[in-house]
Amino acid sequence: MLEIKNLHVKLEEEDKQIIKGVDLKLEPGKVHAIMGPNGSGKSTLSYVLSGREGYEVTDGTATFDGQDILDMDPEERAAAGLFLAFQYPVEIPGVGNMTFLRTALNAQRKARGDEEISSADFLKLVREKAKELEIGQEMLKRPVNVGFSGGEKKRNEILQMAVLEPRLCILDETDSGLDVDAMKLVADGVNRLRTENRSFLVITHYQRLLNHIVPDVVHIMADGRIVKTGGPELALEVEENGYGDILKEVA
Amino acid sequence: MAVAEAKREAAEARIADRPLPKGAKWADEARAAALARVRSMGLPGRRDEYWKFTNPATLVQAEPPAASVLETGESPVFGAVDRLKVVFVDGVFDPAQSDELAMEHIEIQRLSEAAGTDIHWARDLYGALETRGQTPVDRPLAALNTALAEDGVVIRATGRAPKPVSLIYLHKSDSSDAYLHHVIRVESGAELTVLENGPAAARFNKVMEVDVADGGTFHHVCAQGRDHERRSATHVFARLGEESVFKSFTLTVNGVMTRNECVIELTGDRAVTHVAGAAVGDGVFHQDDTVFVTHDAQDCESRQVFKKVLRNGAVGVFQGKILVKPDAQRTDGYQISQSLLLDEDSQFYAKPELEIYADDVQCSHGSTSGAIDEDLLFYLRARGVPRAEAQDMLVIAFLAEALEEIEDRTLADELLGRLEGWMARRRQG
Repeated sequence: MLEIKNLHVKLEEEDKQIIKGVDLKLEPGKVHAIMGPNGSGKSTLSYVLSGREGYEVTDGTATFDGQDILDMDPEERAAAGLFLAFQYPVEIPGVGNMTFLRTALNAQRKARGDEEISSADFLKLVREKAKELEIGQEMLKRPVNVGFSGGEKKRNEILQMAVLEPRLCILDETDSGLDVDAMKLVADGVNRLRTENRSFLVITHYQRLLNHIVPDVVHIMADGRIVKTGGPELALEVEENGYGDILKEVA
Repeated sequence: MAVAEAKREAAEARIADRPLPKGAKWADEARAAALARVRSMGLPGRRDEYWKFTNPATLVQAEPPAASVLETGESPVFGAVDRLKVVFVDGVFDPAQSDELAMEHIEIQRLSEAAGTDIHWARDLYGALETRGQTPVDRPLAALNTALAEDGVVIRATGRAPKPVSLIYLHKSDSSDAYLHHVIRVESGAELTVLENGPAAARFNKVMEVDVADGGTFHHVCAQGRDHERRSATHVFARLGEESVFKSFTLTVNGVMTRNECVIELTGDRAVTHVAGAAVGDGVFHQDDTVFVTHDAQDCESRQVFKKVLRNGAVGVFQGKILVKPDAQRTDGYQISQSLLLDEDSQFYAKPELEIYADDVQCSHGSTSGAIDEDLLFYLRARGVPRAEAQDMLVIAFLAEALEEIEDRTLADELLGRLEGWMARRRQG
């Protein structure tokens, strides 16, 4: 599904290499976690995969279902089925949450050559998904993320994911700023979306999210490279000993 | 002084061979007095401080530059609103396209008729608010209008008008030079909404004098015509009595030259005024909102909200002033002007001014200019919304704050829907 080969990325405006050769292969239906200390390049990887400006790929490739995604616009990637749950979801004053969701869904459908969804079907879909995430009417009516708490913003990300039904979900530090209850709500939302065709790349600093979203594979990223790959037990090792031991071991 | 002389010469050139309209004695006197004001002030020149950011040349010159008529094929703005239609074609009242000038709780008449009547309520107002508005800043184009305008409407609301009066300004001639002058009196406790839409003429000079008595309420929603080459100089002069309300909103999309002046005097305690505008300019576009609010009574509230979206070299201007006189205690004044510049060629000039002589007041003002927020744009695109559409969503969201000043949601939604439609059409080329 997603295949990253020898990816090198630098900041566009600075001569600063952030990702220094990442290889990763994500099969359909799998959940891979990427863990690593701050500044290891985890979030940059998520931005580069979703098409944020400001980064330059200096070497390597990233393909999604065999298609080179690095040359695609962010909206094309989204229409192809890629979704980034933001670490810091932005507030968009003046744009209603429902309008936003509907515009996004219809834009993706249009890009794929599908018909626009009817108002009735859309309302039904959103209500059902919102209910599971305990998102009330009031939150749906407000402008996107405006006045939302940290937890509400993250739940709103998962709602978008549930409505847009992407095939590849990248979760960038979705656990940051969440209390235990909110994390469980978010994790349950993600788990409901796990199917044999949908893959997840879960980026996190801490192991705790992975208690709820159990990964198939765990990668440890440091200084722009994946330095170690293993099973879920690798996350527990980090939890117990921190990153220090692993980094020493691979140094 | 050479500058003053040039301005007076410009005035003479403009009024030469333009006989004043004839009417009843009071109207003739008002027009003659206005003409004398024009002669003494001269017409605005490039060096006037009040015209620092807007070159008045094409609004002043004797003959209007040609402006082609835009055929949109769209349904008329406010077309779905239940309203009393009053249609002017190139500045001349058209009875055939207008509704019968009659409605419960209002008296409405053509200006030319009212001005021909010896005893008429409008005689105390015609040119009177305009004259008051000439202090402390000259507004010669408004005086010119009072002198030369033959047509317009006079409306007196004596109760709650059951539906809005909708002034429709059609533009048919490439070279029309139109003046319209409206006089509106909202009596104590009465309520009236006036809608305006359309380009009116190749060059349009409009004055609206609105006198709102104690406890009266007046709403004004205007959508200026979208003809690219049209030019407009408009003035709204309002005087507010005790506990009265005056709210005005103007949408400007296209038009090579627009100067909208709004002069409001709060003369009765606890009066409330909101003035707002949204402007969308692309390319050869110059739009200027000049607002002057005078607080001359206690516990009054004034609010100015102006938003402009500019691209491809479009220019926006905002000059907004709040003057608080010594006795206007507990004034609550607010003013914000913001521009969204979609490229580096576009420009926004803002001159916010507060002049306060009372000591117990709350006044704030702010002005910002900025580009589209790239983080917001990326967020929308990452959800699949194409760049151009995402940008338009953010533009609409930016303008929406000014449209929120329109109290009637149906009218606000109609204008928002229009904006969305125009932007979608533009995207599709």
